[in-house]
Amino acid sequence: MSNPNPVSGSPDKEPATEAELALTGKADRGATMTSPKQSAPGPRPTLGRLFLDNLWAANTVTVTVLALVLAMLVGAVLIIVSDPDVLATYGYITARPTDALNASWTVVSEAYANLFKGAVFDPEASGFTAALSPISETLTYTAPLVFTGLSVALAFRGGLFNIGAQGQATMGVILAAVAGFALPLPPVVHLVVALIAGAAGGAVWGFVPGILKARTGAHEVINTIMLNYVAVYFLSWIIVQNGVQNPDRADAISRPVDSSAALPRLLGDNLRVHAGILLAVLATWAIAWLLNRSTLGFELRAVGANPDAARTAGISVTKTYVLVMVIAGMLAGLGGSQMVLGSTANALTPLVIAQIGFDGILVALLGRVKPWGVLLAALLFGALQAGGNRMQSYSGISLELVTVLQALIVIFIAAPALVKAIFQLRAARAARLQTSLAKGW
Amino acid sequence: MSTTAVPDVAVAAVDEGFWTRPRKVGAVLLALGVLATVLFGALATGQQARFTLSETEGGAALEIQGTLGAILFGVVAAGAGGALLAGVPKRWFTLVLGVGLVAFVLSFLCWQVSAAPEGRNFMPMVNIVRGTFVLALPLIFGALAGVLCERSGVVNVAIEGQLLMGAFSGALFGSLSGNVWVGLVAAAVGGAFISLLLAVFAIRYLVDQVVMGVVLNLLAVGVTGFLYERLMQTDADKYNSAPRFGNWEIPLLKDIPLLGPALFRGNIFLYLGLLLVLVIHLALFRTRWGLRTRSVGEHPTAADTLGVKVLSLRYRNVLLAGVVAGIGGASYTLALYSFTKNMIGGKGFIALAALIFGRWSPTGALLAALFFGFADQLATYLGAIGSSIPNQFLAMLPYLATILAVAGLVGRVRAPAADGKPYVKG
Repeated sequence: MSNPNPVSGSPDKEPATEAELALTGKADRGATMTSPKQSAPGPRPTLGRLFLDNLWAANTVTVTVLALVLAMLVGAVLIIVSDPDVLATYGYITARPTDALNASWTVVSEAYANLFKGAVFDPEASGFTAALSPISETLTYTAPLVFTGLSVALAFRGGLFNIGAQGQATMGVILAAVAGFALPLPPVVHLVVALIAGAAGGAVWGFVPGILKARTGAHEVINTIMLNYVAVYFLSWIIVQNGVQNPDRADAISRPVDSSAALPRLLGDNLRVHAGILLAVLATWAIAWLLNRSTLGFELRAVGANPDAARTAGISVTKTYVLVMVIAGMLAGLGGSQMVLGSTANALTPLVIAQIGFDGILVALLGRVKPWGVLLAALLFGALQAGGNRMQSYSGISLELVTVLQALIVIFIAAPALVKAIFQLRAARAARLQTSLAKGW
Repeated sequence: MSTTAVPDVAVAAVDEGFWTRPRKVGAVLLALGVLATVLFGALATGQQARFTLSETEGGAALEIQGTLGAILFGVVAAGAGGALLAGVPKRWFTLVLGVGLVAFVLSFLCWQVSAAPEGRNFMPMVNIVRGTFVLALPLIFGALAGVLCERSGVVNVAIEGQLLMGAFSGALFGSLSGNVWVGLVAAAVGGAFISLLLAVFAIRYLVDQVVMGVVLNLLAVGVTGFLYERLMQTDADKYNSAPRFGNWEIPLLKDIPLLGPALFRGNIFLYLGLLLVLVIHLALFRTRWGLRTRSVGEHPTAADTLGVKVLSLRYRNVLLAGVVAGIGGASYTLALYSFTKNMIGGKGFIALAALIFGRWSPTGALLAALFFGFADQLATYLGAIGSSIPNQFLAMLPYLATILAVAGLVGRVRAPAADGKPYVKG
């Protein structure tokens, strides 16, 4: 009844990930062997016909868009039920239904219009800076999410669930900030050193669960969760130490990072977008190359698909686990570094990295754990974040709605069978929609 | 833990030759004991360390000179470690280890209490015990929710979300109705709502359960945070002023020294939590339901063959877990505080740690929760007496202990065999 991986797809299309192949490959191949007629030649369909067929099939893009639509519908319901004025109109909905509908429409459409204006383009904006401002904001929020998303995605491909991107980013931000204000270095060198420090901080925090997993079999999910909290407490401790805490302030805030260590802004001082987004694209490219073109990437995917088979083939599973977690930690550490070296903040505070690690998990899942998919997913999440800010200040809709939307999108993505059932989609030609990757405890 | 994924590396931790696990533990304990004797002994002052059996400075007290106590208990801990290293009969292992660890903690306390400023060099044990239970309470409920889920084969990382939703819905409906019992029921329903999502997606749609748990936590944070800002912040009187359960004193028992005032003058949640540990323990190991639950968690195919309805049992247990966690969430909003954004603040994850630390058993979870609660309470207490140890490091303790536990240093832990694996009939 609820086969998550409909085997109706053509056998030559490879499933989305190696993990899937490991999970379902046998069944797929078995099915094709017994029914070779499946791909019997028919009249060749036209390109336009194919496009229309695929449009309403459960392919990645369609499911993603529909998941977004579903999430926004649920969000709309939340907006309506949390607005006492609108809710009041529902008290007499049988008498005057138009009142309730109009009021609901007004509040929801205004909120989502502001979301769009804050994230993409505001038609009423005048001038170069104002017109570019939403995009600039979106890209600013996107950059660190790309890094944490890549971190989680890379670990997933190696068969590990890195919930610790949050902690790794925290260690990254600590070291990057300390390097940023404690070392007297010339401009470009300082930035590079601070970024390396951030990456190293994350790498250490990734190494620990990696080595524990490899040596003792301790589950990385538990260890990364625990290390997240250890990192949080470490951050709250180090902020108030002498030499770190800002001497002019009584509250928990560190000294500001030197301007020589700051990531340069791309479009002038009035727009917040900074070079972090360029680094993010570069990192995406690098991870895509690593995964698909390098020996390490091959080994990593093999281990992720089936560690026993990989070991039999002579791949060191231990080494791969450790390496995967170290690289994942480095990526998350770099993402964290941007929170002080970029334009979001320039000093450590207890909440300096916000939720970028946890959001990274959602980004990785939404991006189907592929590097370029992660980039696009991060762009969507960055846009939601940027738009959410405007929605909060203009429509008074709490920013938390964005968290709800993000979580809902991923829930719908994670269960493509549900979206398919709701919209009565056809099965896609290739069964590529399964996000189940980690394997329980 | 995950031995299926990496069999060979995981087995490497098995005892080999002279260095059996008791010996390794003994060596660590011996090192700790020596450390306590030397370091704590040197740092402790000549002041008295008083452990009063009341809430204040007065009353009956156990008293020991600081340096003497630190060294004495340090030597006891080292002795216990040495005994383990020399080799003790297996049945004595837990007892000796327990004595050693308690002695180590006492040595530490002698140092800390004696080093406190004059006039504050006492530790009110009633407060400590009571605080331990208060802080452990959400962990107990959360870990029990985990036991129910994971014993039947569904990984529950969503404990945090269940607690939070329970706390929120308890506060909201408790305020709207003005009735604590309505609030309590609503809290249970709120927790069960998150559980329902977990169950449907994990069991019906076969979504990875860890992923689903993480996402549901974020969803719960988002939904409760959103509604908090929209409703509770704008009109706290109407939406966020739930009535609270008072404390119920249990006659006779409340007069037991130390335990009486700490344990038997609490609120309904304290009694309910302790009762649930007992009930779930008995149900899990002594009833037909428990046997079926455990079999579904270990080997669903075999259970199915014998006629157990695997999926419906899993649905029921996951929902039940939501009810338990929801009530745990209400232990905040219907007894102590009004609702605030993200008020559970990671307790759900410590509950998960307690579940693992307690090896997936209700009583183990209770002990682990109490240990974490004690660490938490100790951090507060040491902060209050101006300890030289930063309380952030004490706050890290539960998390570090869990890492050590799952790494096999404090004994191996093993999850139910089918935990996290969806069951597809066929």
